[in-house]
Amino acid sequence: MPMLSRIAESLFWIGRYIERSDGTARILDVHLQLLLEDPWIEENLACRSLLSVMGSDVPDDERSLTRADVLATLAIDRTHPASIAYSLGAARENARRAREIVSTELWECLNTTRAKMPRKISGDKTHEFFGWVRDRAALAVGIMESSASRDEAWHFFTLGRSIERADMTARLLATRSLTEASGPSWTTILRSCGAYESYLRTYRGVPSARNAAEFLLLDRLFPRSILYSVSRAEQCLRDLAPRNERLGVTDNSQRLLGQIRSQLEYRPITDILHELPRYMDSVQDATSATSEAVRQRYFPTNTAPSWIGESV
Amino acid sequence: MVDLFDGYGATLLPRSRRGSADPWDEMFPEPKSHDPVEARAAYKDIYNALARMTQEELRGRTDALASSYLAQGVTFDFAGEERPFPLDAVPRVIAQSEWVDVEAGIKQRVKALEAFLADIYGSQAAVRDGVIPAGLISSSNHFHREAAGIVSPNNVRIQVSGIDLIRDENGAWRVLEDNVRVPSGVSYVISNRRVMAQTLPELFVSMRVRPVGDYPNKLLQALRASAPDGIDDPTVVVLTPGVYNSAYFEHTLLARLMGVELVEGRDLFCSGGKVWMRTTAGPTRVDVIYRRVDDEFIDPLQFRADSMLGSPGLLLAARLGNVTIANAVGNGVADDKLVYTYMPDLIQYYLGEKAIIPNVDTWRLEDPGALEEVLDRLDELVVKPVDGSGGKGLVVGPDASPKELETLRARLIADPRGWIAQPVVQLSTIPTLVEDGMRPRHADLRPFAVNDGSDVWVLPGGLTRVALPEGQLVVNSSQGGGSKDTWVVGLDPLSSSSDGHNIQGLVAEQAANTQAIQIIGHQPDHSPEDRPRNQDQAQQQQQQGTADAGEVL
Repeated sequence: MPMLSRIAESLFWIGRYIERSDGTARILDVHLQLLLEDPWIEENLACRSLLSVMGSDVPDDERSLTRADVLATLAIDRTHPASIAYSLGAARENARRAREIVSTELWECLNTTRAKMPRKISGDKTHEFFGWVRDRAALAVGIMESSASRDEAWHFFTLGRSIERADMTARLLATRSLTEASGPSWTTILRSCGAYESYLRTYRGVPSARNAAEFLLLDRLFPRSILYSVSRAEQCLRDLAPRNERLGVTDNSQRLLGQIRSQLEYRPITDILHELPRYMDSVQDATSATSEAVRQRYFPTNTAPSWIGESV
Repeated sequence: MVDLFDGYGATLLPRSRRGSADPWDEMFPEPKSHDPVEARAAYKDIYNALARMTQEELRGRTDALASSYLAQGVTFDFAGEERPFPLDAVPRVIAQSEWVDVEAGIKQRVKALEAFLADIYGSQAAVRDGVIPAGLISSSNHFHREAAGIVSPNNVRIQVSGIDLIRDENGAWRVLEDNVRVPSGVSYVISNRRVMAQTLPELFVSMRVRPVGDYPNKLLQALRASAPDGIDDPTVVVLTPGVYNSAYFEHTLLARLMGVELVEGRDLFCSGGKVWMRTTAGPTRVDVIYRRVDDEFIDPLQFRADSMLGSPGLLLAARLGNVTIANAVGNGVADDKLVYTYMPDLIQYYLGEKAIIPNVDTWRLEDPGALEEVLDRLDELVVKPVDGSGGKGLVVGPDASPKELETLRARLIADPRGWIAQPVVQLSTIPTLVEDGMRPRHADLRPFAVNDGSDVWVLPGGLTRVALPEGQLVVNSSQGGGSKDTWVVGLDPLSSSSDGHNIQGLVAEQAANTQAIQIIGHQPDHSPEDRPRNQDQAQQQQQQGTADAGEVL
C-alpha cells in the first residue's frame, strides 16, 4: 500500500535528524575533549574550524572562541540550525507530523528526548551529555530496527539515515584536511565516529593517513564509511522503486549516488587524499542533491502545505 | 585559605616518626603553617582552580569519577564485590623542567638494566670484572638458565619497564625499585587521564598537560621492532592469564588500543618450533608475544609443569628465533632487590656514567656487619624481601609489633640473602580528598618506559599511587592504595625531545599551515518543514489551529 508523501518525507527526515544529532555529538565530544587533552592545539582556531565544518557561520570578529562557545552554538542553541538541540527538536516535530505511522515507542522516545534536552550544560557534564545523545539516537534507531516492518516507512527512514551518515563522515574527514599537520589526528577522527577500535582490529596498527582515510571512505564492512552509507542508500532506493526497464538508471537520486560512489571507489586513494577537502565537498554536494532529488520524486513540493500570510 | 584545604597541615604535627624528618609536601612548601596560602609554582593553577570549589562539589566529581569507572569496568575485586579503582580528583603535577631529569634518569637506568641482562645471560663480564658477585646472580630466584642465549633480533629484553620512584624528605627523586618483568598499571594512566578530562575539565584549562595516549602506539612499535628476522608484518599478540587476573582490564585495554589479539594459553600451540594461534581460518603464525604471564607459568616444559597459563614449547620457539617473547624470560634477575643495590656501580660499569637518580640507601644483609647493625635497629628500618614487588612481604619497623619484629629477626638470620633493609623514607605527600577533607597522603610514582631498540621512550607522567590511610607508607592498590592522574606540565614541552630535530621550528611551520587553509563546510540540509525560516508559518499554523491546541501532545 502506498503511503502519503508527507508521511514518507517525515520518516526520511526523522532518519536524517537522528543520525545528525548522533554524528554531531560524536564529532563534538571527541574534538572538545581533545582540546583539553592535547596542550598544543590552539583553542580559538580549533573552535572556528569545528564551527565551519559543521556548517555554522563563524563569527568574523577578533574574539577568541572557546569550548564553551562551540558547546553553546552546536549543542544547546535550539534556534541554531546545525545544533544537536535543533536536530532533536526537528526529529520530534517530524515524528509528530507522522504520528499515526510512527510507532508509539519511537514517538515517546523522540518526544522525551526533546523534552529532556538540557538548556545548559556545565563543563564537567559535557561528556555525559554527548553520551546521552548517542544513547538516545541508538535507542531510536534500535526501536525502528527491532520492531518496524521492512516496508516503505522503514526504507525512507533508513534512506535518510544513510544519506546523513555519508554527509557526517564527509564533514568529519574535512576536519582533518582543515589543519593538515596540527589538526585532529587520524586517531581522533576515527574515535569520533566510533571507528577507532574497529580500525585497529582491521589494520592492526597505528592510523596512517592512507589507511585511516581508506577505512572511513571505502571500507565495505564498516557501517559509517562513506562507501557503505552510500551503497546502503542506493539499496534503499532500489527497494523503494524496483526497476524493470532494461536501460541504465532513470532515477535521478540513484544516479547521483552512483556517480559519487564510483568516483570514490575507482579513483586511487592517493588522489583523493591529495585533495581531500575537494572530494569531501563533492560528497556533501552529492548528499544534498540526492536529498533534493528524493524530495522531487517522492514528496513533490506542491503536495506540501504552503502557508501564505493574508495580504489584507 | 579556602574551605577545601581547611586543616590540611594539622595531621602532620603529631605523626612524625622517630628519627625521621617531615615528608616533602608537593603542593605546599609550608604545609604545617596554619595559613599556607602559597602553593608551589607548578601547582599554582591547580590550587586556584580547586580553591573555587567547595568540598561537596569536589566530592560530587569524585563520585562521578567512580561511577564512570564502574561503567567502564575499571574495577578491582574487594571481598567478592566490584569496586571502582580509586582515583583521586587532585592530580599530581610535575614541572617539565624537573621531568627532563627524571626522564633522563629512567632512560639511563633502562639502558644499564638492558646491558646487565645481556651480560648476565651472555659472557658475564661484570662477574669476571668483580663488579657483582657470581653468587648473587646464581642465587637469585629469577635467574633462569633456561633463558641463556635467547635474544630478540634487536637485542631488547626490556620492552616495557616500570621504575618506581619516590621523593625523599628533601624533594629529591630516588629509585625505590626496578620492575622489568611484567610491570602493570599503565592502563590506569591512560584511563585516568581520559576520565579526568571528562569530569574535571576546568583543571585542564590554562595548563599544558603532556598527553599520554601515545603509549599503546609506542608499545606496538617496540613489539614489532623486536620481531624475528625476516618477518615484515609481524603478528603481535597479548598473552593474558585470563579474566580472573587482577590486571585483566589492562590486558584488554592494551590489546584493544594496539588492535592485536588478546590470547590465553589455550589459544596458542607450538608446532615445528613455531608458535600458532587457533583461529576460525585455521592456525595463524604468531611472531611476537607480549606476555603478561609470569616466567614460572609461561612454558610447562621448562618451568612449572602444572601451568595452564602458558603453552608448551614457547621457550624452544623463542630459542630457535621463531618468536619473540616480551619482556624476555629471566628478566627478574635484574629487579632482584639485591641487584638493585649494585645498580649505581652497574651504571658506572656499563655506561661510564654516574647514576642520575640515586637509589635509596640499602643494607645488604649478607655482609655480617650490616646484618648486625640492621638487627640492632630493626624497629626503625624497613625490611623487604628481595624478590617481592608492590610491597609484598614488606615490614615497616616503626609500625610493627614486637612479636612481628621477633619473627622477622629469625627470618633475617636464617636467610640473609632473601632480604634487604632500608631506612624509613618519608615519601612525599600530595593533597588527597579523604573522609576528613583534603589531607596530605604519601605517594610514589611509576613512570613507564618503552624500549624499541633504538631509543627508550618514557611516558610523560606515569602512575602515581597514593596510600589512603593516614601515615601509611606502602602505596599499592592491593593494600588500600588509590591513584592520581600525573601531569607533566610546562610551556616548553618539546625541548626535552632528544631526536635532535628543530621541533620549535616545525611547530611554527604547522601553525602557519593551519591558518592558510580555509574551508567552509556545507550548511546542513533541512526538511522544508523544519527550515529555520519557517518559524512564521508555524506561528500561523498555531493561530489557525487553536481549536486543536489541546491535542498537540
